[in-house]
Amino acid sequence: MNTALELNTPIVYRDTLPGARYWSLAVKRGFTLRLVDRDGQANVSTLLYNPANPLERYNAPDTLKGQHTAKLSRGNMLYSDMGRVMMSIVDDSVGWHDTIGGITDDRMIRDKYGEHGYQEYGNDFYRSGRELFLIELAKWNLGQRDLVPNLNFFSKVHADNDGALRFDENNSQPGDYVDLRADMDTLVVLNTAPHPMDPAPVYAPGDVDLVIYRSEPVVPAYDYCVNFRPENARAYANTAIHNCQEAYS
Amino acid sequence: MSSQTLIESPLDPAKAVYREVVPAGKPWMHEVKKGQTVRILDLEGNQAADTIFYSLERPTEEHYSAIDTIRAQGNAYLTTGSVLMSNQGNPMLTITADTCGRHDTLGGACSAESNQVRYALDKKPMHNCRDSFLTAIAESRYGLTKRDVVPNINFFMNVPLTPEGGLTFEDGISDAGKYVEMRAEMDVIVLVSNCPQLNNPCNAYNPTPVEMIVWD
Repeated sequence: MNTALELNTPIVYRDTLPGARYWSLAVKRGFTLRLVDRDGQANVSTLLYNPANPLERYNAPDTLKGQHTAKLSRGNMLYSDMGRVMMSIVDDSVGWHDTIGGITDDRMIRDKYGEHGYQEYGNDFYRSGRELFLIELAKWNLGQRDLVPNLNFFSKVHADNDGALRFDENNSQPGDYVDLRADMDTLVVLNTAPHPMDPAPVYAPGDVDLVIYRSEPVVPAYDYCVNFRPENARAYANTAIHNCQEAYS
Repeated sequence: MSSQTLIESPLDPAKAVYREVVPAGKPWMHEVKKGQTVRILDLEGNQAADTIFYSLERPTEEHYSAIDTIRAQGNAYLTTGSVLMSNQGNPMLTITADTCGRHDTLGGACSAESNQVRYALDKKPMHNCRDSFLTAIAESRYGLTKRDVVPNINFFMNVPLTPEGGLTFEDGISDAGKYVEMRAEMDVIVLVSNCPQLNNPCNAYNPTPVEMIVWD
């Protein structure tokens, strides 16, 4: 948890989420969520929604094509399907977060790791990313129809020149972290199930520290993420309009 | 792409059970039954056909899934032999012929809002694929809404994913008369937006018609 302690700003929340668990919170604009990969074994599958209108959600294709990238790191912004920035990656010690690998379902978990039910294994039973997403989404009256392509923080899937995909087992190190600044109120739904392309034969998803702190004030003209690409500045302008409308409604 | 193989179809359009020319900027929504084959024909070349598939039996629960498809085949691009997977892990269609060689499923569809972000804030009034999708589902009887508009396939579109993680929209590799053909593995609803994008080379800055052809 060293990285989190180095913050010079008030921490409003701190918790540790074990592997294969779920979490969600409507993070208010003005706050930043830090995810810390405690042991270098974590995968954090994440989806974002506008809590005022969950039809607006993180959109992988718009995020990728808008920033001409399939990987995400510091400077990148997470776009919704409405041309707005939901969250910005304001700090990152990893360098590559996956956007195309998706999640496991129960069939994949069973085929890969064998049957490990609650009856025999208690709370150490094996769970899929899909199951964990659906449980947490249900608490917001969301479900299968809202389960769109997700982010996988701390994981890396890369392609060769012919498009063949490969998982990098050494992407994230113990203590690595990523900071997600909410640029509008953002419902964050995440889970710590294993990445579906992780070749490790043992079901051992890592624990994650969650820290929320008050963001530095954003000055668009000087903000690293806003100025990282011209597309980001336009998406941020759309978010600013959204935030004003909220303030005056 | 060095490994791409072009596979022609033995099917004769004269023996098709359905043919329709879809102008640029128009959606096409049509049921294709298990065992039927559907072809998308790029009539004039370099035309993107944005496509989503829904299960006919349960359209609001099962639909095409880009990430499940590329993960299942271990490759980012679609061509002959690619099995188009659903979000429930089931095969929906199999690409049986492809004279183009490579199709994108990472870039998604254009929308008024993404055009603003990508090109300029004043591009919002331009026609786009999401508008075509929303028009088609609003006029349909399947109970679909914006909630069900998920990342699609861009047939005939060239969006290289580099080893360094770059993703760019390149000039199309399609040409007049090129086509892609799929056999349905379940009863599906096919939703196509014949792309009206004028801001990038995906339609060679000149959107043109495609023809949809179905065989039993």
